[in-house]
Order: sequence, then structure tokens, then C-alpha cells
Amino acid sequence: MKTVTLSRRALLKGGLAVGAGLTIGFRLPSRGAGRAAAQTAGVFAPNQWLSVDRDGLVTITNSVPEMGQGSLTTTTIIIADELDADWNKIRVNQAPADPKRYANPITGSQSYGGSRGVRDHMEMWRKSAAAAREMLKQAAANEWGVPVDSVDTEPGVVVHKPTGRKLAYGQLVDRAQALPVPQSPKLKTPDKFRYIGKNLHRLDSPDKATGRGIYGMDVQVPGMLVASIERAPVVSGGKVQSFDATAAKAVPGVKHVVQVTNGVAVVADRFPAAVAGRRALKVTWDLGPMAQVSSARISADYAALSKQPGQVARKEGDAEKALRAGGRTLEATYEVPFLEHACMEPMNATAQVMPDACVVWAPTQNPGGTQATAARLTGLPPEKVTVNTTLLGGGFGRRGEVDFIVDAVETAKAVGAPVKLMWTREDDIQHGFYRPATYNVCRAALDGGGTPIAWWHRIVGPGILAQKGRMPANTSVDPAAVSGARDLPYDIPNLQVEWVNKDWGVPLGFWRSVGSSQNAFITESFIDELAHLAGKDPFEYRRALLGKSPRHKAVLEMAAARANWGAPLPAGRGRGIAVASSYGSYAAHVIEASVAPDGAVRVHRVVCAIDCGIAVNPDQVKAQMEGGAVYALTAALYGQITLDKGGVQQSNFHNYPMMRINEMPVVETHILDSGEAPGGLGEPGVPPVAPALCNALFALTGKRIRTLPIRTESLKRA
Amino acid sequence: MITLAVNGKQQRVDVSPDVPLLWVIREDLRLTGTKYGCGMALCGACTVHLDGTPVRSCVTPVSAASGKKVTTIEGLSPQGTHPVQRAWIELDVPQCGFCQSGQIMSAAALLAQKASPTDADIDSAMAGNICRCGTYQRIRAAIHRAAALKKGGAR
Repeated sequence: MKTVTLSRRALLKGGLAVGAGLTIGFRLPSRGAGRAAAQTAGVFAPNQWLSVDRDGLVTITNSVPEMGQGSLTTTTIIIADELDADWNKIRVNQAPADPKRYANPITGSQSYGGSRGVRDHMEMWRKSAAAAREMLKQAAANEWGVPVDSVDTEPGVVVHKPTGRKLAYGQLVDRAQALPVPQSPKLKTPDKFRYIGKNLHRLDSPDKATGRGIYGMDVQVPGMLVASIERAPVVSGGKVQSFDATAAKAVPGVKHVVQVTNGVAVVADRFPAAVAGRRALKVTWDLGPMAQVSSARISADYAALSKQPGQVARKEGDAEKALRAGGRTLEATYEVPFLEHACMEPMNATAQVMPDACVVWAPTQNPGGTQATAARLTGLPPEKVTVNTTLLGGGFGRRGEVDFIVDAVETAKAVGAPVKLMWTREDDIQHGFYRPATYNVCRAALDGGGTPIAWWHRIVGPGILAQKGRMPANTSVDPAAVSGARDLPYDIPNLQVEWVNKDWGVPLGFWRSVGSSQNAFITESFIDELAHLAGKDPFEYRRALLGKSPRHKAVLEMAAARANWGAPLPAGRGRGIAVASSYGSYAAHVIEASVAPDGAVRVHRVVCAIDCGIAVNPDQVKAQMEGGAVYALTAALYGQITLDKGGVQQSNFHNYPMMRINEMPVVETHILDSGEAPGGLGEPGVPPVAPALCNALFALTGKRIRTLPIRTESLKRA
Repeated sequence: MITLAVNGKQQRVDVSPDVPLLWVIREDLRLTGTKYGCGMALCGACTVHLDGTPVRSCVTPVSAASGKKVTTIEGLSPQGTHPVQRAWIELDVPQCGFCQSGQIMSAAALLAQKASPTDADIDSAMAGNICRCGTYQRIRAAIHRAAALKKGGAR
């Protein structure tokens, strides 16, 4: 393969000083590259997503940041397939920030989250490539003087069907460029797909296996300094009252100490000097009201508030009346903690601020927000801010935030030199945007046959969108707080879901699968409780209630079948099941687990069924399910961020542990080809995992886990 | 001045002897394939070889590397074709990829010690390397594959 995916040769133009030492993990097109290319002789560039040169080399522009989900490859597959490009003559560039050209067509912004890569862009990319293919066909037909319906394409060439004559795309560039761009091109039928649905290798694997891939942390700019910011000991609201930089400035290598929004930046020639400078700083903080906040206080407050009515997120029938009617009822409370994303690459960004331009290099999920933030901080118009999106060392929602962009731009502006602003792991864990902690009360009533006739769920906790001031119009119920709860798929006649909005000011963020990450744990555990109360098999119990949710039912059945649900297990193992839909996809998991005498949980096998509509690259669908399982198991087994005096008590991987290879279960992924519209993949593999595990532990031990993370002492055998 | 032999090249760096090797590699020698993840030898992203032994360069003072052969991901093989790297590409192990230099260095050291590692060998050699994307299943498979590639000869 000739693919020049992540070129080491960085091209920076537009008057910015760049030396030969600059190595970044993307090829930055010159300013306004798309438009310029369109006017460049010898290049066929019908739109901003692709171009073909006279050598037949196809250049594809990927707008979705590569954070591990495989967007560089997936975007390329989609465009190359519809263009009928030769897979060996393609390169892919990462798009610059330019929302007018590259915005997500559904959200309208150049910010990427919500597993939106394929599902929001696929149709647009296909149309863009189909238009190009039609133009190439027309160009060949004109060249030969034959009707266009007598020509077709093979990878990289147009073929005249009656004679077998061929013209390579590279030979048609000039003719094609002169043609009008068709507005309603005809898309391939799925039986004509060459690349979609095949297992193609990731384009970034070679760079990532050789250390050549360039992440934000690896950016080198001539004359660059390295900075680290001393931050408040509270998670939010802390302000610098005063600081003494005398000792910090005496540290060899420290060049500047400057106050910025998020603390005091120590700017040095190297990172260890910046960190040593931080240690030598004396900062007096105004800690603000957060200093009075602890996890115990939040928890007690949530419990008290759970006795008050909340805003109704969904109401069908009259659940409260049905509960009052008595019969077999059940009440349970569930509690989940704050969680931090813990991307492997700690937050960082590099910025250069000049009088008439600003350049930012960042591992960001939000190039548009990065550009807007830098423009706001420098007073420059957005088009004077160039954003280079590097590879991301993990995203998971954390890198949609722009706090680390603020850090870098402010610091670079203050010192008048390019600055690479790096966070320590401790900064990363203690100054994150956390998955909300919530407290939940669930109630249900069963009829004589054990079927639920009432479901009532009250969620107490904060809302991410509410906190960020990004609530949708016409509702006061934060969708992020209730997703995965109000869309309960089970057919229950009396149903009520409420949300009590209580925000203690802990910064909140979108954590892989967001509301569904906790709500699916609660709803899929509670339905399991009802199945056991009814004396029914948990799989059959769910299945019987999914008549109105056929896609849930289909993945549930597939997971159960592939896991041999009901077959005998080795001694000491339990099996649990759960199903959930999020981000346009449907996933069900069956998990087998055991418990050691000391209560330690061992996960042996995870069987996942996923319906993501269309699987563009099936092997990478599996990779996302494998990764989602590990992310979710880590949270279920270990994940919790707690607060004391307003500060996060965890700091690094010793007290915020991650699952490791010696704990890794076998993950088997089965793709259900539903032929539906594409769904997301980064997130949907997370929600069913924690409940499937806890349901397995209940099946094994009879102990119901209603608080995460799982406390091993509760599972200890005397 | 400290003299280091990194990837077969003699290097002289003007740094304090207690500076972690990681930062000398990344910032002075500009070999950025070796990553910073935790600074406490908890995640393994900074793994390099000292005389063939995997070490966490984030807690190894540069002075401890003096007189020893330092190998980073860039020096594991001239063309990036070490059996571990070939297996990693073949099985598409990386997702975000940030931890993978460290994973590969740990895996290469394991295979240098044990030609046919068992799953238990892999667990014990690789448990110091965190992958937040959760690629462990593929790492395990790729190490077995690399072992087979290695036995099959250079090609």
C-alpha cells in the first residue's frame, strides 16, 4: 500500500516560521487548501472531501479526529468505495478547522462526540464521492464520444463496457474538472460495495506500531517552550489570590511564570523543569465554596432529595397508582460515582500566538471549538486561527472540552513564544470533566404472573447539558441525565421516569456513552431484579417484554444464542445478560464471571451482539466492542472519583486503577446485519456491560450490587 | 554532559543526572515514540530497553542509562519490521495507539526471553502496560503471532 497516511513532512504555509525540525502527525494543506486545489491545474477536486491528481492519486480529507475509533480508515473506506478508487492509490489528510467546509452536517459544528462519525457523515460523503465518480464517467464518455450509460468504473479507472477500453482517473482529471458537479448523484447499491463491509486494515496501524504517529504531546515547533500549570486544590471555582515565583524562577530551565485562567503557568525549556518549577511555587488560593464539598455530603443530599418529586421525563399510564394498588412490589436504590476519562495521553496543546495569526496543534475532538476559543482569547478572527488536529491519545468525550486549549493559548500569548502546555497525570485525573454521580430510586409492581405492570424511576443528580448551558429548547429535562432511562425499551403499561436536578458544581463532561453509562446499569439491573422476583429466567423475562422493540430483542436473542444461554457453566461461574440502545445502535451482552473467596471478581467471557445498522469495517466494529467492554468493566470494577474538601482524592493509576491484561476476559463480538441506517460504535458497546456483569454476580452469589464500583468485600465468602 | 548510546548512536546530552530518561529521549533526542502516561511507572507507556531489559523510563534517572544500550521504539528495528511490529499491524492491535510503543517494547523483551510465551507469561510480562482503549485481547493474540513469525525467520 502506498498510502501516505500520516506524513512526517509537515507543511505549514501562510507566513508562519517553520523549520526542518517540525514533525507533526498530519499533513496540513496550505491555507484554504480545498478551494485552492479546486483551481489547481491538474487536480480534480469537485468538493472539499476528495481530489484526484494526474497520477491518479486520490486525496481524501477526514474531518473526524482519529481518537482510536478508526475514523481515518472508516472515512476513507466510505469515500473510496463510492468513488471506486484504487485502495492502493489513496492518501488521507486530517481536515483543518474550517466549520464552513468541514462541519458535521447534522450538528452543524466541527466538534465530534456522540459516536457521530459514520452515522452523521456517511450519506454526505457517499454523495460527494458519487458525484465525483459520475463526473469521471462523463469525462471518459466525452473523451470516447460514447453515451455515459455505456461506461462503468473499476477501481481507479473508467471502462467502456462494449469495447473494454479503459481510462485511468488520473487521465480524466482535466476533463472532469471542467464538468458541472451533479447535485443528485446516484449512489451504489450495497451489492456493489467493494470496501464497505470488508475487513480492511487500519491505515494508521503502521505509524502506531513504529512510534511514528504524532500525538499532541509530540508536536515540536522551533523556539517552543514547555509549560505546566499549577492548579487549584479544588475541582472548580478555585482562584489564585497571590503567588510567589521567586523559588520557581530559580529552577534551572524555568523561563517564565505567568498567571492564567486555570492557575499559574511555569514555562521552561523542558517539561521536568516546568514541573520542578511548579513544586517550587508558593500559591495562595481562594478555594471558594467547593472547599466545603465532599462525596459523603453529595451522597446524603441526593438521598434526601430522592424523597422529593422530580421533573417528569416520561409518563405513560399511572405508575404511582399502580404501585399503590399493592400486589408484588419492589423498591431499590442505586448509586453511581463520578468518573474520569483517563485518556492515556494526558491533556495538552501547543499554541503560537502572533500579532496577525495564531496556530494551535492539539489532540482535540473539537477543532471548531478550538478555533473559536483561540480566536476569542487572541482577538483574532477565526480564519486567522489555524488548528492542526494531531492524533488523539484517547478521547472518550474528554477532548471535546477546550480547557487545555485555553491553557495553551493564554500561556503562549503571555510569553510571546510557541508553548507546548502539558498536563501531568495528576492534573488530568483531578481537573477533569466528570461523568455525573447519581442516586436512583426504582420501584415496580408485578401482576400475578410476574409481569411488570408499573415501572417508576427517579434519578437524582446533575445534568451535563444543563451545567454547560446547552439545554435543548422547549424542555427542562436534561437529555444527558435521562438517556438510557426514559427510553426503557420494555413494554410496561404504567411507566414514570423523573429527574431531580441537583448540581454541586463538580465539572461535568461526556464520558463514553454519557447517560446510558449509568442508566443502563440501573435499568438493566432492576429488570433483572424483577425477573428473579417473578421467578423467571432473566433472558426470557426481557424477551417477553420487548415486543415493541424488535432491534433490542434481536440483539438480545443473538447474544443469548451465541453465549449458549441456559447451558451448564463450569462450577463457580455465573452468567448475566443485559441489553441497551444508545447512539443509534443496539447492543446486548452476556457475561460469565466468578468470585474468589476474598471477593475478587474475575470476568471470564463477554459475548456481545451489536446491531449498528451497517458495519463499514467489521473488524473495527469488533475492536470497538472489545474496547467498550474494557472501558465499562474498568468502571464497574474500579472506577470512582471521590471528593474531599472540594478536591479529587484520586490522582494516578494507583488509586484510579485501570483494568490490565491479566484481568482481560475473552470478548466475542457478533454483528447483527440489520440493514438499517448506520449507528454509532464508540459508545454503544459500553452500557450493557456493567449490568450484565452484576447480573452474573447475582446469579452466582445471590448478592445484588446496587452501588458502583463493585465492592469486593460485599462478595467475600466467610 | 552525559553520554548515552541510544538506538546504536552515541549521544551527548547536557542535562542533570537525575532527569528521567524519558524526557531526555523525548525532548533532547526528539524521539517522541516513547510516551509519558503517568510519571510513576504505573502505566508502561514510557517503556524502553536498557541492555535489552524493559524499564519504565519515566522513573529511570538518565544517569542510570549511561554506559548501557538504550533502545526505543524507533530503534527496535530499522524498518519497523520487528516480528512484534509486524504482528501488531497484521492484527490491527492499536486503537488510539498512544500506549502501543510501550506495549511493543514490553512484548519484544518478553519474546527475547521466551520464544513461545504462554498466556500466563504474557499476563506477567504485560500487566505493567495499561491500554485505556482495551486492546488487550489483540495484544495477547499478536504476541502469539509474533512468536510464530519470529520462529518462521526474518521474513
